[in-house]
Amino acid sequence: MSTPEHRGEAQRAPGAHRSGRDRLYSYIAGLSLASILTAASFAAASSNLVWGPSMPVLLAVLAIAQMGVHLVFFLHVSSAPDSANTVLALAFGIFVVGLVVFGSMIIMANLSHDVVSMDKLLQMQR
Amino acid sequence: MIDSIDGVLLENTVDATALSERGPAPRRVVVSFGFWLFLLSDIIIFAALFAAYAVLSKHTNGGLDGTQLFDRRHVLIETACLLASSFTCGIMMIAVDRRSALGTYFWAMLTAFLGATFLRLEIAEFCVMVLRGAGPARSAFLSSFFALVGTHGLHVAIGIAWLFTMMAQIATLGFRPMVMTRILCFSLFWHALDIVWIGVFTIVYLGAHL
Repeated sequence: MSTPEHRGEAQRAPGAHRSGRDRLYSYIAGLSLASILTAASFAAASSNLVWGPSMPVLLAVLAIAQMGVHLVFFLHVSSAPDSANTVLALAFGIFVVGLVVFGSMIIMANLSHDVVSMDKLLQMQR
Repeated sequence: MIDSIDGVLLENTVDATALSERGPAPRRVVVSFGFWLFLLSDIIIFAALFAAYAVLSKHTNGGLDGTQLFDRRHVLIETACLLASSFTCGIMMIAVDRRSALGTYFWAMLTAFLGATFLRLEIAEFCVMVLRGAGPARSAFLSSFFALVGTHGLHVAIGIAWLFTMMAQIATLGFRPMVMTRILCFSLFWHALDIVWIGVFTIVYLGAHL
């Protein structure tokens, strides 16, 4: 029989883990993976082994991977049906973050490209 | 018989009850989901600060820029402190679920200590920068830098204060469901701060040398 607590977990609390047993392993795995990824991004940024122009992409990939590791192993976000609400909210959050960051960057880059700077404007008036 | 809370079995137990017959979700789930939404909106605040930094990071107004100001080894130590504190916070949650007060105090103190070490290093870095004439008023780059990293540091400081409050509540109130829900929210907050820090060290500190 299913106990009331089990049924209640049809919506699992964000951050709560399914089974107490493998929680410790989850934290240890998360710590090791996150350490490796952090070390990799610091090493990559400090060395000359990586072709310069590709560095931002590499660092972005490592950072996003580490954020994923944190979400899965520390915050226990999963694709299971009981954390659907958590994942949906997270997806919307990521969407807004992307909109704010990349929207601002694109708009400001366009502005500084299209608008003539004050120095040039003064020179043109002479 | 379904006693285990293992993945597949749990799904079966969930499906066994019709959605309309399940009743409201437990308070713990509702509260921590609400707190999850707060965290996401907090991360959107950080996104706005990141956007400001990304736009303004090259506008140094003739002052010192990131390559001259940031010390990578210093940041690596800060990152290690925060990552380790995220881990000890997780271990603390295991102790909380076992209702072991001694274990909770030990791991909470370790978490607070690592958080405080992070904060100490960050304040030392800020002091050195201000003494070198690179305060927040010097350039748009530095204003956005202090706004972003300072807001993160403020969150860490609030987190440490919150953690001490939780320890006091365990000492006085014990492991009541209410207190345990608050500690679960604290752990979410603390892990989320570490996720924001990944963005900070990648974009601000490592990105400065690109």
